[in-house]
Amino acid sequence: MALEERVEPVAAPPSAGAHGAGHPSPKEYVRIGVVLFVLTALEITASYTHVSGSVLIPTLFVLAIVKFALVVLWFMHLKFDDRRFARFFVMGLAGASILYLIVLITFKVFL
Amino acid sequence: MADVAIERGGGHGAEHPETTTGLSHTKLAMWIFLASECMLFGALITTYVLYRGRSIEPPYPADIFDIPYTSVSSFVLLASSLTMVLALSAAQQRDEGRMRLWLLTTALLGMTFVGGQVYEFTAFYHEGLKLSTNLFGTTFYVLTGFHGVHVTVGVLMLLSLVGMSSARRLPDDPSFPIEMVGLYWHFVDIVWIVIFTVVYLIPTPSPGGPGGP
Repeated sequence: MALEERVEPVAAPPSAGAHGAGHPSPKEYVRIGVVLFVLTALEITASYTHVSGSVLIPTLFVLAIVKFALVVLWFMHLKFDDRRFARFFVMGLAGASILYLIVLITFKVFL
Repeated sequence: MADVAIERGGGHGAEHPETTTGLSHTKLAMWIFLASECMLFGALITTYVLYRGRSIEPPYPADIFDIPYTSVSSFVLLASSLTMVLALSAAQQRDEGRMRLWLLTTALLGMTFVGGQVYEFTAFYHEGLKLSTNLFGTTFYVLTGFHGVHVTVGVLMLLSLVGMSSARRLPDDPSFPIEMVGLYWHFVDIVWIVIFTVVYLIPTPSPGGPGGP
C-alpha cells in the first residue's frame, strides 16, 4: 500500500484554528470598544465616589472582570475559535488565580 | 504511521498546515505562552497586593498617584486594542493599506502609553519614590515596569509587521501573523485592566490602619 494511501490527514473540526471565519465585523468591534470605554469611565467614576471599600472594591472587581472577558472573548476571539484554545488559556489563568489566592489567604491579606 | 503529522499547505483555506490536532500549532503555542504569562503577572500582582499598605517610609500611593493622568493612559491602551482588531479585520479583507494604517495607529497608541509611563516614573522618582525607597516603590516599579516592557516588545512587533508589509514580505493572506501579534497585544491590554484596578483605583490602606504595618 502506498504511503499516501495509508497516512490519512486528520480531519479538522470546522472551526479548528480558523481565523477570519465567524469573526465579528468592524462595527461589532467598535461597539465592544465603546462598551469598554464606558466601563472604564464607570470604574474611574466609582473610584471617586466616597462609598465604603466593602462596596467599592467588589464593584471595581466586577467591572474589571467584565472588561477582561469582553477583550478575551471578542478581541482575542475565544468566543469564536476552537474551544481547545480557550481550555489552555483558562487552565493557566485558573491555575494562577487559585495558586495566588492561596498565597494571599495564607498571608491573611483578606483578614 | 497513521499518527504522523501531515504538514501540508492549504489547510483551512491556506491559513495553516494540516496538523494532527487540526489546530494551528503556532496559535496553540501562543495561547500556551499567554497562559504562562498569567503565572508571571499573577506573581507580580500578588506581590504588590501582599505588600500593599505595609510601607513604613513615604511616599505612599495616595501621595503621588495622579488618577486622571493614568486614566487617560488606560483609555489610550484600550483604544489600541480596538485599532488592533480593526487591523486584523482589514487584513482578513486583504486591504493592506488600511491594515498598515491601523497597525501604525496601534503602535503609536502603544508608544503614547509607554511614553506616559516613562513620564510617570520620572515624576515619581523626583517626588522621592525610588525602587528601594519602600515596599510600595519596589513592588510598583517591578509590576508596572514589567508591563511596560511587554508593551514595548508589542510596539516593536507591530512596527516589524508594518515594515514587512511595506516590503511585501508578509504572506498573501497576512491575517495569521497579524492575529498572532494581536493576541499578544490584547493580552498586554487585559493585564493593564487588572493592574489599573488593583494598583490605581482600589484605595491603599494608610500606614498603621487595617492591613498597614
